[in-house]
Amino acid sequence: MVPAVSQLGPAQGDIWGWIFQLAWLMLFVFFMFYGNKIQVWNMLREVEGSLYRLRLMRDEARKIAISTLKEIGKPQGDPTPRVDQFLEYVTLLPVDLDPSGIVWKLEHLLDIRDIRFKDEVKLMAPGADETQVNNLENTLEAAMGLNLVYKVVRHFYMLGKKTMSLYVIMQVQMALPLIMQEAKALAEALRAFTYGQPIGDGAGALVAAKLMLGHEKSRIAKDVVMAKMPFEGRTAYVLKAEGPGGNVGKPGEAIKQIIEENDGKIASIIAIDAAVKLEGEKPGEVAEGVGVAIGGPGIEHFKVDETVLKHKIPVHAVIIKESIGDAYAILRKEVVDAVDIAIERIKRLVLERTKEGDSIIIAGIGNTIGIGQ
Amino acid sequence: MEEKSTKRVSLISIAIIFMALALSLVAFNQAMYAYMTQRDVNQGNYLLMMGVIGLSLSAYMLFQTRSRMPRFIFEPQRVSTTTSCKKCGFKNVRDFQRGDYIFKEAEACPKCSEGMMITSIYREKKPGEEE
Repeated sequence: MVPAVSQLGPAQGDIWGWIFQLAWLMLFVFFMFYGNKIQVWNMLREVEGSLYRLRLMRDEARKIAISTLKEIGKPQGDPTPRVDQFLEYVTLLPVDLDPSGIVWKLEHLLDIRDIRFKDEVKLMAPGADETQVNNLENTLEAAMGLNLVYKVVRHFYMLGKKTMSLYVIMQVQMALPLIMQEAKALAEALRAFTYGQPIGDGAGALVAAKLMLGHEKSRIAKDVVMAKMPFEGRTAYVLKAEGPGGNVGKPGEAIKQIIEENDGKIASIIAIDAAVKLEGEKPGEVAEGVGVAIGGPGIEHFKVDETVLKHKIPVHAVIIKESIGDAYAILRKEVVDAVDIAIERIKRLVLERTKEGDSIIIAGIGNTIGIGQ
Repeated sequence: MEEKSTKRVSLISIAIIFMALALSLVAFNQAMYAYMTQRDVNQGNYLLMMGVIGLSLSAYMLFQTRSRMPRFIFEPQRVSTTTSCKKCGFKNVRDFQRGDYIFKEAEACPKCSEGMMITSIYREKKPGEEE
């Protein structure tokens, strides 16, 4: 039985009922007009909470960087103003309206940046040796990253508050979980860099270091060491960034150089690198594939792409999977254990894809902090 | 890195929650009145429905305000260094010391007095750490 509409309201003479009805109606109208505003307030509050956490992380990172500089670098004066200047350092990328040749322009710019950073660190920490300079540079770069993340989130928060625009604040609110994940990873990295501990990104470098252990090494390109050694009946050129300081080196340049020195007579290139795993995959899982497993801004990857195309050299990849947080954090046990599995995969690849007497390149890619050779 | 929790609740949220809660209680009271005194089942059902909606809304909002805001504090993690003897294969796991790096020559082996080497440095898994 459907009740008549008049029956749904309060009974005649029921004053409290009418007041109650009116209050509900007012609440309904209030939400109709101010619903968006309430949503913006809620989002702002959420961003404010994350911004507070980011500020704590940024301040703590700055404090750690300064105290490490003082402890290791033994500066004569207070390095704080110089560190504050460093944290605000900007890199303006080359114009890409005409993309031809942009890789070389970017390489030149990043080389200048690297030299400038190292010089700044040497000025701030005159007592540090080369390994410590590299580690301090990495520490300051992590602090710089946290400072940038904080400032970008603060920008959107303040812009959202100023305009009360749902769409301005929504941009940052939706990206917050990923931003916080990245900030957390940077904070983890900072601690590892401070102590010179190996990080997850160095998994590839660790594989190469284990292979070249006990063999004679030489420096082949900027911050890259190479060992020419017998491997499963083949001649292997094993290379990695020079450790134990925080370094990624120029592996692409090194690979190019080895290929040119051998007149392109390289049977195969195997690059080993850490790769970001998908949610649900286990850390330390080893996977194989084809292609150049070199991360970063793409300059080193590009150099290898160009050279292998010219000489038609097959390129294989062995990747060790880990989360973005683990890539920046101190090596976890699963990743250390995956190194031996990766070496077995490399051996199998070499035996299956090359012939006895061939020359091959095995490149361990990644930040080699805390990993010697 | 350790997370400590703090609570932050705005006054506007609390005011809205209590207003919705008060209105629901009034709705329940009116529903009781309609059922018991006026014997009006339709009116009672209508008010009861409004009360349930109001109570659910306020409970949901109250649950939302419980969301905790963690504070991040940098804390050194427990990091282990494994040293291995090149001759007898003896392994030793100790806490990481500043200056340690993988493949660094370490102290002499307590079993055969041969030089040992750092073979791995890794962090201990934190309790409850995700995969």
